[in-house]
Amino acid sequence: MSLDTGTAMSTDQKLVYMANQIATFFKSMPEDEARAGVAKHINDFWDPRMRQRLHGILENGGEGLSPLVLSAASDIRWPGPAN
Amino acid sequence: MSFVNETDYGTPASKAEKTVTLTVDGKKVTVPEGTSIMRAAMDAGIEIPKLCATDMLESFGSCRVCLVEIEGRGGTPASCTTPVAEGIDVRTRSDRLDAIRKGVMELYVSDHPSAWNEQRGTGASEFDQVAKQVGLSENRYGTVGRNHVEPGVAPGNGSLNIDYIARDESNPYFTYDPSQCIVCSRCVRACEDVQGTFALTVEGRGFESRISAGMQEDDFLGSECVSCGACVQACPTDALREKTVLEHGMPDRSVVTTCAYCGVGCSFKAEMKGDDVVRMVPYKDGKANRGHSCVKGRFAWGYASHKDRILNPMIREKITDPWREVSWEEAFSHVAGEFKRLQQKYGRGAIGGITSSRCTNEETYLVQKLVRQGFGNNNVDTCARVCHSPTGYGLKTTLGTSAGTQDFDSVEHTDVVMVIGANPTDGHPVFASRLKKRLRQGAKLIVVDPRRIDLVRQPHVEASYHLPLKPGTNVAVLTALAHVIVTEGLHDETFIRERCDWSEFEDYAAFLAEPQNSPEEVEKVSGVPADLIRQAARLYARGGNGAIYYGLGVTEHSQGSTTVMAIANLAMLTGNYGRPGVGVNPLRGQNNVQGACDMGSFPHELPGYRHMSDDATRDIFEKMWNVKLDAEPGLRIPNMLDAAVDGSFKGIYIQGEDILQSDPNTRHVAAGLEAMECVVVHDLFLNETANYAHVFLPGSTFLEKDGTFTNAERRINPVRRVMEPKNGLADWEVTQRLAQVMGLNWAYTHPSEIMAEIAATTPSFASVTYELLDREGSVQWPCNEKAPKGTPVMHIGGFVRGKGKLIRTDYVATDEKSGPRFPLLLTTGRILSQYNVGAQTRRTDNVVWHGEDRLEIHSHDAEQRGIRDGDWVRVASRAGETTLRALITDRVAPGVVYTTFHHPDTQANVITTDFSDWATNCPEYKVTAVQVSPSNGPTDWQEEYEELTKKSRRIAGHMEAAE
Repeated sequence: MSLDTGTAMSTDQKLVYMANQIATFFKSMPEDEARAGVAKHINDFWDPRMRQRLHGILENGGEGLSPLVLSAASDIRWPGPAN
Repeated sequence: MSFVNETDYGTPASKAEKTVTLTVDGKKVTVPEGTSIMRAAMDAGIEIPKLCATDMLESFGSCRVCLVEIEGRGGTPASCTTPVAEGIDVRTRSDRLDAIRKGVMELYVSDHPSAWNEQRGTGASEFDQVAKQVGLSENRYGTVGRNHVEPGVAPGNGSLNIDYIARDESNPYFTYDPSQCIVCSRCVRACEDVQGTFALTVEGRGFESRISAGMQEDDFLGSECVSCGACVQACPTDALREKTVLEHGMPDRSVVTTCAYCGVGCSFKAEMKGDDVVRMVPYKDGKANRGHSCVKGRFAWGYASHKDRILNPMIREKITDPWREVSWEEAFSHVAGEFKRLQQKYGRGAIGGITSSRCTNEETYLVQKLVRQGFGNNNVDTCARVCHSPTGYGLKTTLGTSAGTQDFDSVEHTDVVMVIGANPTDGHPVFASRLKKRLRQGAKLIVVDPRRIDLVRQPHVEASYHLPLKPGTNVAVLTALAHVIVTEGLHDETFIRERCDWSEFEDYAAFLAEPQNSPEEVEKVSGVPADLIRQAARLYARGGNGAIYYGLGVTEHSQGSTTVMAIANLAMLTGNYGRPGVGVNPLRGQNNVQGACDMGSFPHELPGYRHMSDDATRDIFEKMWNVKLDAEPGLRIPNMLDAAVDGSFKGIYIQGEDILQSDPNTRHVAAGLEAMECVVVHDLFLNETANYAHVFLPGSTFLEKDGTFTNAERRINPVRRVMEPKNGLADWEVTQRLAQVMGLNWAYTHPSEIMAEIAATTPSFASVTYELLDREGSVQWPCNEKAPKGTPVMHIGGFVRGKGKLIRTDYVATDEKSGPRFPLLLTTGRILSQYNVGAQTRRTDNVVWHGEDRLEIHSHDAEQRGIRDGDWVRVASRAGETTLRALITDRVAPGVVYTTFHHPDTQANVITTDFSDWATNCPEYKVTAVQVSPSNGPTDWQEEYEELTKKSRRIAGHMEAAE
């Protein structure tokens, strides 16, 4: 049976999408608060391997990530390599 | 053997504070003013015979059996309709009263089958008891008059009983035998007052009077009857009687327990004969349901003994192999070995677990403990992920705790009810009955829902406003409601200054006042006329006590968490917290969604909603469990599936959840499960997820174990074992045995010991014990030193988080948009007779009400596509396509289509997408852009899937696959 074909996003695309969604919520707040909000949300709810992947995306230029995610990046806790 | 006998006081309790003292048969008794003489006598231990009175219903005064004499007053007034008065002297027995009662009963009996012989009925009805009680010994009217009794039973062999009507057997669960009926109208009143459906009536006059369901040509099944059974419970004769009682006789023992269906959490007496359930009768002292039930809880428990239940553990190497039955020992050591191997090969984080919202608190607690202590990670999640996780995030952020603020009794004090994205008459029927009772008393109703749900208009209930918004625009509409409240100065400034941060309010008010939040602008995106929004806002803000009840139509969106915050904000702006009659109330889907969330099922938090990164909390559990806990959050269900497809997540223990059917984008779920090397499913049946499982551990039903469920009001309700587990082990024992084989030194001998551990580690449960639950019946958390008997209403005098948080709620349109290829928006919901994925209810006679899922489509959209009612249609989205039959209706607006998801062959989740709530990844079930077109029948996927299902249910040594 053919599974998961066609339209579905890759995991990287999903992570970019999810990070941008989070940024959209915090966007209407003052910049400092918004940046802290995005970073805290990702730190609180994303498992280390998801953050690790996001880190990889950022290192490759962060294509597709919204400016607020890019500016929150320094406050996101980056885990070491997965065990 | 014990039988729980509830006292019937004959009439409802009076709520008056002033008391009155009277004398009944020489005994002095003091009762609240407004109490009936009948009830006062019962309080004094004196039972007055009665037929038409019962304490679930207002008194009626028709049977004339309960007459009494009052010193100094003439006549013989009915004790049910006569209120007490100070100093009166009541006599319940005298020669005159005895003669009258006997006379009345003699008349009844002369037209009743028990006068002819004992052929019909149970011989245990109230009617039979009253005949005994009044000492009836003769029937002077003979047995030859005109009567209602069945030919062959009554003398005359049919010549005289022209009024006989055959029994109505149409309802699968109860019969109506008109010959037994005494037209006391208790059933009619129960249908009106308790259930609020108004399906029954008394037809005809005098001797021709009959109880009738619906119109004359209807039988019970064909009428608007919802089969709640309130009439059967109310009937004092055998006219309305459970079929199981007629088949098996009256039960001989009973146990009080809690229903395992929806989040209302009704208390029931499981009435048993030996090890078999004869019937479930709602328990009057149950604080969630107050003696009422729906068709599921009362009648749909047959799945517990269904032939499809799997009772032996099973293993298979590949998912294409047939199952092989094995011993528990072999199953546990296989799972333990596999999980160990996967962690060695792929890392500690390569496995995880899912706790069940259908299992008990104790069982859920053990599964998350197994993951955290045994697997050494936080990869644990629960099906609340796909329903109320945004409630968790949204209410925690704004109020400081993740739960509804009220008890169900609160609705009795509500003046304006706002129902958002919920369909209580189908999803939470017993709460709906209580809500409708309040609405009939004059409370106002606002409904915010894309579909015209039953509550919008039905007998004696009509919403003041129905805001039929376009799916996906909740935040816009709620923000517009708040816009009206703030710009028109309808907010409660005193409350806000006292309870919230004033500068946050100023910021929020400035945001709300922005022009894009005005009803006129929001009309353009939501389709709701601006004037309706304005009027609804004014009513909610100024109509008295305002209470919001919401469901999955709020949470299951890209902006689910934002919507929950907007709801919490709306109630804050109007001061609707901290007293009976107000608040924010999520209607929870499954029986123990609240409990599963409370018990630390989420990957980021320990029991009691404490984040993993909190050192003090981790320390409590590390000491208790003697292990180092991971401070990092684990994977949520959708993240687990992504990680599985990516190759870093390889094994899972799923207790009582069917993610393949219930989670969105079925193909992606299937791909994730297929990529795993060890999928362990622990369930009653070979569910859809089990098609991809390598190990199957049989589960036990709520009738087979002890424990607790926590309902939507935070009420911890006891679940009591009424029979032995058919598989030999209760679910908590299965998890414990697995943990032991994995090397953990667990040694619980009873679920009460698990609750003791929960209480010792979780402040909001600190005082909860099984002894307390036995004593109080149930308690609502927080239950601790400050609130030793629990907390019916939260946030009294202040919010849990300190100041309530008002937070900007910007509307962001979902990316799941309709367009030329997919011009319609699909939304989903439930129906009364079926429950969730239907694994339980499809295995009961409830299928007579709902045998298949249908696609509701507006006649305008149907006509454009050449679709007629009942036609097969193809529903296609960006994720996939399926087929089902159309139902043409004007309940949905043009542009919107709707379906239920109770049947696996419909595969509604093949079409739902990967989009999810920004904060919690709760899937966006409620909005999918689709195209609908005529079809000849099932899709290739449906056919392939059916084939796969057949194959994957083969058990070696059994001829036929289960189901």
